[in-house]
Amino acid sequence: MLPNNVAVSYTSQQQIEVYRFSWPVAVLVPLMAVFLQAFLPLRFPFFSIFDLPLLVVIFFAMARRSPVTGLLTGAFIGLLQDSLTQHPIGVYGIAKTVVGYGASSLGVKLDVENAGTRLLVTIGFYVVHELLYFVIARGLVGLNLHWSWPHELISAVANAILGVFLFALMDRLKQRA
Amino acid sequence: MGRYRNFNVLAAVIAIQVVGLAVQVKRSTEDHSTRLIRLWAVSTVTPFEKAIVRIQTGAGGIWHNYFYLRGVRQENRDLHEQIQQLQLEQVRLRQDAEQARRLQALLGFKEQFIAQTMPAQVIGSSGSEQSRVVYIDKGSNAGIKRDMAVITADGVVGKVLNIWDSSSQVLLLNDQTSGVGAILEQSRLQGVLKGKASGELVLDKVMSDEEVKPGDKVLTSGGDRIFPKGLVVGTVTKVSKGAEFLQISVKPSAALNHLEEVLVIMRKEEREPPSSTAATARAADILAQRLPSVPDQPPAAQATGSGVTQTKPADTPPGNSALPKPATGTLQVPKAGTAAPPSAVVSKPVPKTKPSQPQPDTAGDAPQ
Repeated sequence: MLPNNVAVSYTSQQQIEVYRFSWPVAVLVPLMAVFLQAFLPLRFPFFSIFDLPLLVVIFFAMARRSPVTGLLTGAFIGLLQDSLTQHPIGVYGIAKTVVGYGASSLGVKLDVENAGTRLLVTIGFYVVHELLYFVIARGLVGLNLHWSWPHELISAVANAILGVFLFALMDRLKQRA
Repeated sequence: MGRYRNFNVLAAVIAIQVVGLAVQVKRSTEDHSTRLIRLWAVSTVTPFEKAIVRIQTGAGGIWHNYFYLRGVRQENRDLHEQIQQLQLEQVRLRQDAEQARRLQALLGFKEQFIAQTMPAQVIGSSGSEQSRVVYIDKGSNAGIKRDMAVITADGVVGKVLNIWDSSSQVLLLNDQTSGVGAILEQSRLQGVLKGKASGELVLDKVMSDEEVKPGDKVLTSGGDRIFPKGLVVGTVTKVSKGAEFLQISVKPSAALNHLEEVLVIMRKEEREPPSSTAATARAADILAQRLPSVPDQPPAAQATGSGVTQTKPADTPPGNSALPKPATGTLQVPKAGTAAPPSAVVSKPVPKTKPSQPQPDTAGDAPQ
């Protein structure tokens, strides 16, 4: 018998909460994330280590717990992010589509409400996202990218820490379905 | 079928994007048109960026121009002193520049001059470490065109890549798809400046048997027909030997990570450098000193050869301009080794002539 205050990591399909978001939130939050991602690195160059749109994809996907909605959200945000680069459109799109699908599928099986789980999930999905981006950009677009594990792991941890705070902030925007 | 619905949707969405990517990659070399989705995204994001930058600039301007004036008097005094020093320096540099222009003119060089620039505010970036582009608040409405060079007072920034009505995308020097023709200031070795995936700037295509030292300045060579020749690009920081070419790391002069305002070069002019009439004799003097000596001439011929060009330009036949034909009207004047100082040649031609003697119109048939 577990005490009430211990978070249960694995949940059954019946135990999980499914959330929805109002349409202004569903549209404006991703747009705001892409906007901040484009604007802040100019003022604070270190900010380019973060990937706010990715964090938003993970959050929405895990909260909605619907793989189709998750992957479509990922595709939309990824394509928007692609549009601001000079590279062919679709590299971020594909990577974030997969992450959106994966995060929502995981959200169905895991309790992703506690900070520890969120931290680990974000680290994992960040690395998956970067790997996918690397493979697509090299394989399909022909970009000559450089992979550095230390850099990617540091970025993953930094994004995960930011994600924990950001997710707690965005939890207020959730509505029970 | 319903069991695999989610997976099927995933496969379909990925497949659409992969096909889209393949089409874009195939077309990218021949088609520079802007995708509609890119237009939408930029049109959505850039107005917010512009608004924030304007508010920020306005608030900063009010604070710095009206409230925060601490130390302004001292700064003003320092700047006055600096201006005086720079004026002295300018006199010396002007003489050097004039001399360089004359020599270039004599050799028939053509220079590219920056004829018109437009200031622009940097309002955003791509937000990706893999894509080093920035957005500026001027677009086709302001006359910006593709491949225009973008600079700051410190050095070269990049070139215009995509244009919309009121904003443009600028590809930075350190992007891996960027390439700039460059030349080393000291050794005059030419190469291609490229960005790496990590954002580092490297000078490529310099043979490994050449000598390049850290600290050497890198300038634009003008060979790419985008950047005018002679703009500062950066400084060599590290040199290592490669199999065929040197691996030269360059630190960009412009702060590519902290760009706020830039200048877009709207128009370049290619023309021969201007050279003043008074300078002709000096240029000729330089040439005369370098060429083999010429036999002494009769005083009358000397007088006409030197004096006509400088003191009586109206009497000089049009074909006797010293610039295009320095050998006919100027070379006979100061003999190598015995030439008077340039100032003397220009301002004192009279003592060499006989005032009572009529001056023959020998400008066109000067002794060969």
